[in-house]
Amino acid sequence: MARRSSSIFSRDIVLAAIRDSFPKLDPRLQLKNPVMFIVELGSVITTGIFLLDLVRGNTAGLWFVGVIAIWLWLTTLFANFAEAIAEGRGKAQASALRATRTTTNATLRDGRSVPAAELQRGDVVVVKAGEIIPADGEIIEGVGSVDESAITGESAPVIRESGGDRSAVTGGTKLLSDQLVIEVTQEPGRSFLDRMIALVEGAERRKTPNEIALNILIAGLTITFVAAVATLRPFAIYAHTPVSLTVLIALLVALIPTTIGALLSAIGIAGMDRLVQRNVLAMSGRAVEASGDVDVLLLDKTGTITLGNRQAAEFLPVSGVEERELAEVAQLASLADETPEGRSIVVLAKERFGLRERELGEHEFVAFSATTRMSGVNMNGTLIRKGAGDALKRFIAEQGGAAPAELDRLVQGVAEQGGTPLVVARDNWALGVVHLKDIVKGGMNERFDELRRMGIRTVMITGDNRVTAAVIAQEAGVDDFLAEATPETKMALIKDEQAKGRMVAMTGDGTNDAPALAQADVGVAMNTGTSAAKEAGNMVDLDSNPTKLIEIVEVGKQLLITRGALTTFSIANDVAKYFAILPALFAFTYASAPGRHGPLEKLNIMQLGDPKSAILSAVIFNALIIPFLVPLALKGVKYRAIGATALLRRNLAIYGLGGMILPFVAIKLIDLVVHNLLGA
Amino acid sequence: MSGNGITQILIYAIVLIAVAYPLGIYMARVFESRRVHVTEGWFYRLVRTSPEREQDWKGYAKSVLLFSLLASVVVYVIQRLQGHLFLNPDHLKAVPSHIALNTAASFVTNTNWQFYGGEYTMSYFSQMAALASQQYISAGVGIAVLAAVIRGFSRRSSSELGNFWVDLYRAIVYVLLPLSLILAVILVWQGVPQTFSGHATAKTLEGAAQTIARGPVALMIAIKQLGTNGGGFYNSNSAVPFENPNGLTNFLELISILLIPAAQVFMFGKMVLARRHAWMVFAAMFAVFALAIGVSLPAEQHGSQVLRASGVNITQGHGQSGGNMSDKEVRFGIANSALWATATTDASNGSVNAGHDALTAFGGGAALVNIFFGEVIFGGVGSGLYGMLFYILIAVFIAGLMVGRTPEYLGKKIGAREIKYAALGALFVPTMVLALTAISVVTKSGLASIYNPGAHGFTEALYAYTSQGNNNGSAFAGYGATSLSASLGTVAMYLGRFVPLIAALALGGALAGKKTAPPSAGTFRTDGGTFAVLLVGVILLTAGLMVFPALTLGPLVEGLAH
Repeated sequence: MARRSSSIFSRDIVLAAIRDSFPKLDPRLQLKNPVMFIVELGSVITTGIFLLDLVRGNTAGLWFVGVIAIWLWLTTLFANFAEAIAEGRGKAQASALRATRTTTNATLRDGRSVPAAELQRGDVVVVKAGEIIPADGEIIEGVGSVDESAITGESAPVIRESGGDRSAVTGGTKLLSDQLVIEVTQEPGRSFLDRMIALVEGAERRKTPNEIALNILIAGLTITFVAAVATLRPFAIYAHTPVSLTVLIALLVALIPTTIGALLSAIGIAGMDRLVQRNVLAMSGRAVEASGDVDVLLLDKTGTITLGNRQAAEFLPVSGVEERELAEVAQLASLADETPEGRSIVVLAKERFGLRERELGEHEFVAFSATTRMSGVNMNGTLIRKGAGDALKRFIAEQGGAAPAELDRLVQGVAEQGGTPLVVARDNWALGVVHLKDIVKGGMNERFDELRRMGIRTVMITGDNRVTAAVIAQEAGVDDFLAEATPETKMALIKDEQAKGRMVAMTGDGTNDAPALAQADVGVAMNTGTSAAKEAGNMVDLDSNPTKLIEIVEVGKQLLITRGALTTFSIANDVAKYFAILPALFAFTYASAPGRHGPLEKLNIMQLGDPKSAILSAVIFNALIIPFLVPLALKGVKYRAIGATALLRRNLAIYGLGGMILPFVAIKLIDLVVHNLLGA
Repeated sequence: MSGNGITQILIYAIVLIAVAYPLGIYMARVFESRRVHVTEGWFYRLVRTSPEREQDWKGYAKSVLLFSLLASVVVYVIQRLQGHLFLNPDHLKAVPSHIALNTAASFVTNTNWQFYGGEYTMSYFSQMAALASQQYISAGVGIAVLAAVIRGFSRRSSSELGNFWVDLYRAIVYVLLPLSLILAVILVWQGVPQTFSGHATAKTLEGAAQTIARGPVALMIAIKQLGTNGGGFYNSNSAVPFENPNGLTNFLELISILLIPAAQVFMFGKMVLARRHAWMVFAAMFAVFALAIGVSLPAEQHGSQVLRASGVNITQGHGQSGGNMSDKEVRFGIANSALWATATTDASNGSVNAGHDALTAFGGGAALVNIFFGEVIFGGVGSGLYGMLFYILIAVFIAGLMVGRTPEYLGKKIGAREIKYAALGALFVPTMVLALTAISVVTKSGLASIYNPGAHGFTEALYAYTSQGNNNGSAFAGYGATSLSASLGTVAMYLGRFVPLIAALALGGALAGKKTAPPSAGTFRTDGGTFAVLLVGVILLTAGLMVFPALTLGPLVEGLAH
C-alpha cells in the first residue's frame, strides 16, 4: 500500500478536494445530509432573492443579500471540501493498490494459461519465482518466500508454506523464490485486494449505528430550529419590526448544527482511514465503532503474551526411571514434531545426553490435535505419547495403566513455577515430565494496565492447565484466564460474556479460531493467518500484531469522541450567534422614539458595529469554522485513558464551554474587519 | 431578598425531601407488588383483566388513548347537560361548546387550563363528576404510564410493560386517594368549605348583600395540588381565602405541588435499582428549581421600574415584605408567592396564589421558561419524570459519544430507535408551542384574545400556549377565550399530552427488550455530580435555545426597557 502519506494536507489531495467540492453541490447528493441540504436550499433562495432584486433594480441592501448568498454557498462548499479531502486520501491509496492488481495470465496445473481475472474458486494454479500471485488462495504444495509489500507495506519477505497456519497467499503479492501450487479460494472480483480497494475508497461506506442515532438527533434539532426561526417572522410582525427572508435564512443556517453536519461524513471516512494507516483493514465501519465499546479482550497466550516458543528446560522422571530414559523417549515422541516446543525437546536431549536424531523403524506419527491435546509416535507396537497431564492420564488409563501419584506432584511442581509440564508416557507407563518454560514478552504489563484504564478486561486464553495459566497470567498482568482451552470452551466463554451484555474482542490466526472470530463482536484476524480466519473476522491486521487491538480500540473511541465533541461544540456555538443576531434584528424594537435603539440593544454585549455587519459576521464565522476544524475531524480528538468521567469533564470544558466562548471572540474579531470594510 | 424568605425556602426543601423520599419508596412497592387485594380483584373482574395479562407498549398506549377519549366525551357531555342535571343549586346553564371542549381536553390531559370562572360556570355536579374526578383519573393515567415506562428501563429481554388498568387502579386507589383525603381533612380543619349547599349570602358593612360562592371545595383543592392539576374551585385559585386560608395551608398546598413529582424520582431509583442516580436526577431538578427562584425572587423584591417610579414604598420592613406586591396576597408576601410561582410552573400544576400577569417581566419570564422546559423540573405527576427521561437520554447520548463508547443508560445501549423517541418526546412540544403562538399573534381572532398591547401582550399569548402545550394549565391571565384560541388550546393540550406520552411508552418498549450490561471503567457513570451538571446543561441549552428568540420579544424586551 502507498504507505502513510506524511501529511494530511498534501498539495495534490487539497487541489483534488477543491475540484471535487463542486460536483457534490448536486442536490441529490446533499439530500443524504439534511442539515447541509437546508444550507444549500438557503443558498439557492438567497441567490434568487439577490437576482430578483437586481432585475427589479432594487439596489437598497442588495450587496448585503449578495454577500450572505456567497457565504452560504461557501458554507456548503466547505462541507463538500471536508468530505472530499477525507475521501481523497482513500482514493490515493486505492489507486496505488489498483496498480498492483494483476493483469497477467495465470498458469493452471494442467498447463493451460488463463487471464488472472477469470480464475474461479477451486482452480489450481502454479506460480513460479518472480511471478505475481494471481489470486487469493491456499498453498497446497511447496514453500516459498513472498513479498507482501503491496498489501502490508512491509518490505521484508515472509515465508508461506502448505499445511498449517501459514498457507494463505494474497493475490497481488509477489513470489520471490521457489514454486507454489495454489488453490484459488475467492470468486473473481471478491478478492482481498478488491475488498481493500473498495474499503479505502469508501465505496461500501454505510452509516454506523451511532452515526444513525446522531443523525436523528441532529435532524430533530434542525427541525426545531426551523420552527424557532420560522415563527420569528410572525413574532417580529407582531412587534412591528418585520424581518427579511434573507436575514431569517442567515439566522437559520447559523443556528442549525452545520459544523457537525458538514464534518460528520469526513469523521467517519477519516476513522477508517486512520485504521488503514495502522495497517488494519476493517470490513465495516460498524466493526470499528464496536471496537470502541469492547469490554473484554481475549488474547491467546502463545505469541501474544509470551514469546511463541516455550523451551524445554529439564527432564523430571518419576522414581524408578532414569533421566536419560525419559529424555530418550521424549525425544522419540518429538522427532516428528516440528513445533518450536518439539524441537526444543530434541535439542535438550541432545545437549544433556548426546542423544542424536535417528532413523526410526516402522512407525506412525500421531499429530497433535486440539481435542486430544497430545502427540507422539507408534512404533513396533509401542505407543509413545507426550502431552498435557490430564490428556496423558486419560491415555494411560485407556491403555489399562494408572499414573503414579508422584506424577501429579511433578506436574504441579512445574506448573507452580509457571512452566508447562509435558507428561511423557510409553504405553500404559508414565515416565516423567518435561518442563517447558514460557517467556512473557516485555512491556505487556503496561499494555494491560492501559487497557484496564480504558475499561477493558483482558482474558488470557491458553491450553495450559489452571495452575500454569495462573502463574503466567499473574506475571503478565492479565485480569483473568481461560485454562485448558479448547475451541469449544473458547466459544462458550465468548457467548457467556456476550450474554452478560459485554462486547468481546479477540485476535486469531488459525482455522480453529474461525468460529470464535466470527462469534466475537470484534474479531481481528492476522494477515499471516489462514483464509478461513480472515474470512471469519471483521478486521484483518496486515502487520499480524496481536496487541494492535489496543490501537484499534483507540481509533474506535476517537471516532465517537470526535462526533460527540463537534456536536457539543456546534450547539454551544449557538449561544453567541443569538447574541450577535437577535439584538441586530430587534435593535429598534419597542424603541421609545423613532431612530433610537430599543431595549434589546442591551443584548448586544459584543458591541458589534451595526446590524448587518453583526449578522454577516455570525454567518462568516459559521462558514469558516468548518475548514478550520477539518484537521481535527480527520485526525480525531485524542483519546485519553483517564476514566470516563474525567474524560467527559475534559471534553465538556474544551468543546462545551470552549464552544460557547470561542464564537464570542471570533465573531467580534470578524465584525471588526467587516464593519471597517463597510465603513470604508 | 430577605433572610426570612431564604429560611422559608430552605425549610420547604427539607420538608419536601423528608416526605417525598418515603412516599417514593412506597409507590415503588405499589407498582412492583404482585399481591392482589380483594377489592382490587373485583375491579379487575369488572374490566376483565388481571395483573398477569401484561401489555406491550402499543397495547398499553392503545388502552391509554381509548380511555382518555372516553373520558373526554364524558366530561364534555356533563358540561353541556349540567342545566338538566342535579347538584346545580345555583341553576347554571350549559357551558358553551368551545369552552366545554377546551375544558374536556384540559382536564383529561391533566392540564387544568381554565377558560372559565369555576364558581359561576360549573355546577357542583360538573365540578365533581367531570372535573375533580378527572383530576384523580388524569393524574392516575400519568403515574400509570410512568410506572410502565420505568419497567421498560428495569426489565431485560421482555416486550411487556405492565397492565394499564392495574396500574391506573393502583395509582388512584393506593396513592392519590389516601393522600388527597389526608390533605382534605386538614384543609377542612383549617376552614376550607366542603358542602353541597348553594352560595351563602352575607351583609357587608355598608349593608349591601354579597353572595359568597362555596361548595365541595376542600377535596378538589387537595387533588388539584397533589395531582399537578391546578384547576381550582374558584377563578382566583389558591389566592382565595376559601381555597387557601392561612400560612399553614399555604405551606401544605405548596408541599403538595411537588410531593408526587419529587417522590416519583425516588420511586424510579428504587425500581431500576439506581438510587444514587435518582438522587442526581433530583439534584439536577432541584438546581434548576433553585435557579428559577434565584431569578424570580430578587426580581419580585426589586419590583418593576414603573412601580419604583410611582413613589410607592416598596422597601422591606418589619411585617412588610416590600417589593412588587401587585396581585399578590398580603398574607403570603413575596417569598411565598415566588416560591409558589416557581413550584407551580416547574411541576405542571398551574395553581396560583398570586397573579402571574402582574409578576415583574423577569419573574414572569422565569415562570414561562420553567414551563417551556417541558415540565420536567419535577414536572407533572407521571409525565414529569418520563419527560425528564427524554432529556436524560439525550444527555447520556452526548456524554457516551464524548467518552468514546456507544452510549449506555442503566446498562442498556442507546441506539437510533431510543434517540428517535427521546428527540420526539423532548422537541415536539416546544416546536408546537412556537407554531401555535405564531398563528395566534398574527391572526385577527388570535389577537382578540390578547388583553394587553406590546411585549406584555406577546408574553400573554406565548404563556397561554406554553402552558397548555406543556399541560401546565397555569394562566398568566390577560388571555381570553375566542373560538380560535380555545381550539388552538385544545389542540395544544391533546398533542402536548399524548405525543410525549406515546414517545415515552415506545421508548420503554424499545428498552424493555434490551440486555443490561454491567458498567466498566470506560462507562460514563450517571450517579455522580458530573452527570447532574451535564443534565442541567442539556436542558438549559436545548430548551433554552428554542425559547430564546421568543423570549427576547416578550419578557426580555419588557424587562430591559428601562
